[in-house]
Amino acid sequence: MLQVAARPIDATSATDVQSYIAAQQNKTLLRFLTCGSVDDGKSTLIGRLLYDTKLVFEDQLAALRKDSERHGTNGSDLDFALLVDGLEAEREQGITIDVAYRFFATAKRKFIVADTPGHEQYTRNMATGASTADLAVVLVNAKVGLLPQTRRHTIIASLLGIRHIVLAVNKIDLVGYDQGVFNAIRDEYNAFADALGFASVQAIPISARHGDNVIDRSANMEWYEGPSLLEHLETVDAEEPLRGRPFRFPVQYVNRPNANFRGYCGTVASGRIAVGDEVLIPHPRAMARIKRIVTHDGDLDEVARGQAVTLVLDREVDISRGAVVCSPDRKPHVADQFAANVVWFNESPLVPGRMYLVRTETDQVSAKVSQLRHRINVNNTAPEDATSLEMNEIGVCEFSLQAPITFDAFEENKSTGSFILIDRMTNATVGAGMFLQPLRRAANIQWQKLDVNKAARAEQKQQQPSILWFTGLSGSGKSTIANLLERKLHASGRHTYILDGDNVRHGLNRDLGFSQEDRIENIRRVSEVAKLMADAGLIVLVSLISPYRAERAMARELADKNEFIEIFVDTPLQECIERDPKGLYARALKDEIKNFTGIDSPYEAPEAPDVHLKTSGRSAEDLVAELEGWLRERGYC
Amino acid sequence: MRAVHTHLQRLEAESIHIMREVAANFAKPVMLYSIGKDSSVLLHLAMKAFYPAKPPFPILHVDTTWKFREMIEFRDRMAAERGFDLLVHINQEGVREGIGPFTHGAGLHTHVMKTLALRQALEKHGFDAAFGGARRDEEKSRAKERIFSFRNAAHAWDPKNQRPEMWKIYNTRVDAGESIRVFPLSNWTELDIWQYILLENIPIPDLYLAARRPVVNRGGQWIMVDDDRMPLQPDEVVEERMVRFRTLGCYPLTAAVESEADTLEEVVAEMLIAQSSERQGRLIDHDEAGSMEKKKREGYF
Repeated sequence: MLQVAARPIDATSATDVQSYIAAQQNKTLLRFLTCGSVDDGKSTLIGRLLYDTKLVFEDQLAALRKDSERHGTNGSDLDFALLVDGLEAEREQGITIDVAYRFFATAKRKFIVADTPGHEQYTRNMATGASTADLAVVLVNAKVGLLPQTRRHTIIASLLGIRHIVLAVNKIDLVGYDQGVFNAIRDEYNAFADALGFASVQAIPISARHGDNVIDRSANMEWYEGPSLLEHLETVDAEEPLRGRPFRFPVQYVNRPNANFRGYCGTVASGRIAVGDEVLIPHPRAMARIKRIVTHDGDLDEVARGQAVTLVLDREVDISRGAVVCSPDRKPHVADQFAANVVWFNESPLVPGRMYLVRTETDQVSAKVSQLRHRINVNNTAPEDATSLEMNEIGVCEFSLQAPITFDAFEENKSTGSFILIDRMTNATVGAGMFLQPLRRAANIQWQKLDVNKAARAEQKQQQPSILWFTGLSGSGKSTIANLLERKLHASGRHTYILDGDNVRHGLNRDLGFSQEDRIENIRRVSEVAKLMADAGLIVLVSLISPYRAERAMARELADKNEFIEIFVDTPLQECIERDPKGLYARALKDEIKNFTGIDSPYEAPEAPDVHLKTSGRSAEDLVAELEGWLRERGYC
Repeated sequence: MRAVHTHLQRLEAESIHIMREVAANFAKPVMLYSIGKDSSVLLHLAMKAFYPAKPPFPILHVDTTWKFREMIEFRDRMAAERGFDLLVHINQEGVREGIGPFTHGAGLHTHVMKTLALRQALEKHGFDAAFGGARRDEEKSRAKERIFSFRNAAHAWDPKNQRPEMWKIYNTRVDAGESIRVFPLSNWTELDIWQYILLENIPIPDLYLAARRPVVNRGGQWIMVDDDRMPLQPDEVVEERMVRFRTLGCYPLTAAVESEADTLEEVVAEMLIAQSSERQGRLIDHDEAGSMEKKKREGYF
C-alpha cells in the first residue's frame, strides 16, 4: 500500500509547519498530460486521481454530486470527469474542449497535470498542454484499441520533446480484465512508438472509473506485475539530462533605472555561468564578462538553469531583447534561413510563400515559408508530399526570415529551440515550430539568380553608376556643392542619391560617436551603402569629412574600377572657422566638443584627389560648373 | 551548483519571467491590486522582477466601496511604504444609483461595482495588459485559462477559442482596444501562496489571522459586521467570535471561518487539514455552476 496525499496531516504546531514546508520544498515536480482519443476516459482518470489522493474538498464533492445527477454519464455514480471539465459547453456536451491544469501532491512528489481534449479539432489545446509536460499518459479504450488520434497525440508528444510515455489501457473492466486484450494493444503501440525514440514506454491496464491500478495495484488483474499508475508517476525519472549543456540566456528586457545601471533580465535556458566568466552574444556579435548577477535577494556568484535573474556585463555592448547571452565555446546558430518541424493549428492552411511572424521566447521576426518539404503521416510517421498543411497536420518546412535570429536545434535545447507562428493580420497563434537546422546562404537560390545585374540596372537608367566622394573640413562647402550638383543631375534625368554625413548619423550610424574607432566604422558603413547604391545603378554623392586617407582608400577599393571619384573640397581651416555655419568651431574652440576635425583631431588631406576644388574666392555655382565639366569629359554624366 | 531546486523557487522564477514579458511587450500595462493575499504576493514578485528598478507599471484597485475598512487602510499603507503608483477607481454611476449588495443582491452589485468598474478603469487609462492574481487551482473555469488570456475590445473572454500557449512563448500581440489579462500565479496553489508569504515574510491584512470580530450567522455562514450599513434581520444577533478569512472581498459577500489561528504558522497548519476550498467563502460563486465562467466572459477577472 502506498501512503497517499499530503493532506490531512497532523500538523498543528509552528515547528510542525516549518518542517512540513521544508519537506514540501524538496519534493520533485512532475508535469504530465493525459491525452488520447475522445471518450478514452482522460478527464475521468484525473478526477479519480484527485479524488483518491484526497484532494477534493467537501464543498467540491457536494457540487460534484449535484453535477453528476444533472450532467453525469455514469448513472447514479459520481462522474469524475465533471471535476475537471470546467466550461459550460464541456459540461453540456460531455466532452473536453480546452486543456485544464490540475495540481496534486503525494508524500513523494508534486504533480501538475494537464487534462487535454481528445477531439481532433482541439488538437492545438492538446499541444498547449504537451509543450510544458515531461511525461504523457496516453489513454486507449480497451474495447476500441488504437485510433488515429492515439497515434497523432503520440507523434505530437514526441515532436514536442516528451521522452516518457505511459500507455494507459483504460476501461479494462469492460473487457473482463483480459490479459490478451491488454497485450495486443501494448504490442501494437510499441511497434508504432519504437521509431519515435522515447526513453520509456510503460503500459498499464487500468479502470479509471473503478480505480483499478490507478492508486493501488488491482486485485482484478493478478497477471499484471508492473506498477500502478501513481506508483509509476511517483518514481519515473523524467528529468531532462541537462548536465554539460552550454549556457543560454535569452534577454527578455533591459533594465535601466538610471545611467549607472544597465542589466539584462531573463531566465537561464540551460547551463550555468559565474561572475567573471566570459560570455558571447552571437548576434549582434559582442564579447563580455559577467560583472554581476543581480537579484532582489542579493547578488549571486553563479546562476543555473531555471533561475530568473538580471545580468550586468563588464562593458557596454549594444544588445537588447532577443539577443542570447551564451558560453563562448558552444555557439548557437545565427541564421535567416532554417528548417523546422511544424504543427499547424489554424483553420486556414499553411501555404508556402505566405508571410508569418516567427516568435521565439524573446525574439520576433517576419518570415516566409519558402518550402514545405513534406507532411508526416500520423498513422505510420512516414513523410509524404504535400502542398499545404491543414489544421492539425504536422510537417517539415523551410523558412526565410527578414533578419537573422539566434537559436539551437530543438533536440539540443527546448527553450532556445522552439517558436510559434503568428498570423500578422489576425494575431492568432497559427502554429508551433521546432528548429531542426540552419540553412546556408550558399544553398539559397535567390543568390544564384543574378540575371539582373549592375550593368542591366545602369542600362535601364541610361547612366554610368558612380560614387562621388566629397571630402574636406567641416564647413568647407561639401554639402552645398553636392546638393547643387545633385539638383543639376536630377534636372537632366539622372538617378541620384546623397549620403550626407550629418544625416546618416541620425539613423544608420546613430550609435556611433566621434572617437577614431567610431569614425572608421562610420566611413565603413557609408562606403558599403554607397557600394550597394552604385550596384543599384545610381550616381551616389557622399558628403563626409572622412579625415583619414586609409578609410577613403578602403571606400575606393570597395567600388568597381573607375567608379569612385574623390573630390577634395579644399577650404583653409581659418576660412572654415570664420564661416562656421553650424557654430561648431566656436564650441570646439571652447572645448565643448571633443575630437573635432581640424581643432583637436587631424584631417589628412588627399595627396592625389581626382578633383581638387579650391574654394577660396569662388562661388558654389562656379565650383559645380567646374566639377560638372570634369565629369562630362570623362563620360560620368 | 544545482538549478532552481525548490518548488517555490520554480514558481517564483516563472512568475518573474511572465512579468518581464509584459513589461517588454506592452505599451501600457497595469497591475490589478485587490489587497488580498494573492495580490500581496503579486506585488512582492513585481518588486523582485524589476529590481533595482521599481515595477514599470501602476497598481490599480477597483474599489466597490464595500471592502473591509481594514483592507483600505492596508492598501494606503502599502502604497506609502513601497512607493508604488496607486490608482483607485470607483464606478461613480453605481454610487449615484446607490448600488449595494444588500439592496441589489450580490450578482448585480458585483457586476456593476466590480466588472463594469474594471472595464471603465481599463478604458479610461487605455491599458493594454492587466495583471491579475488568479490561480488555476481556485475554480474549474480558471483551471482552463491561459497565462496570457486574450480579451476582445469588449473585454470578453472566449473560452472556446483561446490562443494556443506553447512552452514559455507568449503571443502578446493585440490590436487597438484589445487587451491581455495576465496571470503570473496561474500555477501556484493556495498552499504555495501561504508558504511563500511565510517564507518571504510578506505583509498581508490582519483579517487573514483569527481575532475576535463582530459577526452574524447568515445562512450557515459567518458574516462580519464591518460598518453600520449592514441591515440585521429580526432573528440575527451580532456576536463576538474568533474568526479569520481565507479570502477577502466585499465584506457582506465574504464569509469568515471560525478559527483560533492567530499566527501565519497556525493558518498554514489549519490549511493542511482544511476540508473545504477557499472559494466556499465567496458567496458570489454559489449562484450556479459555471457562474465564474459567465462573469469572466463578461470581463470579470
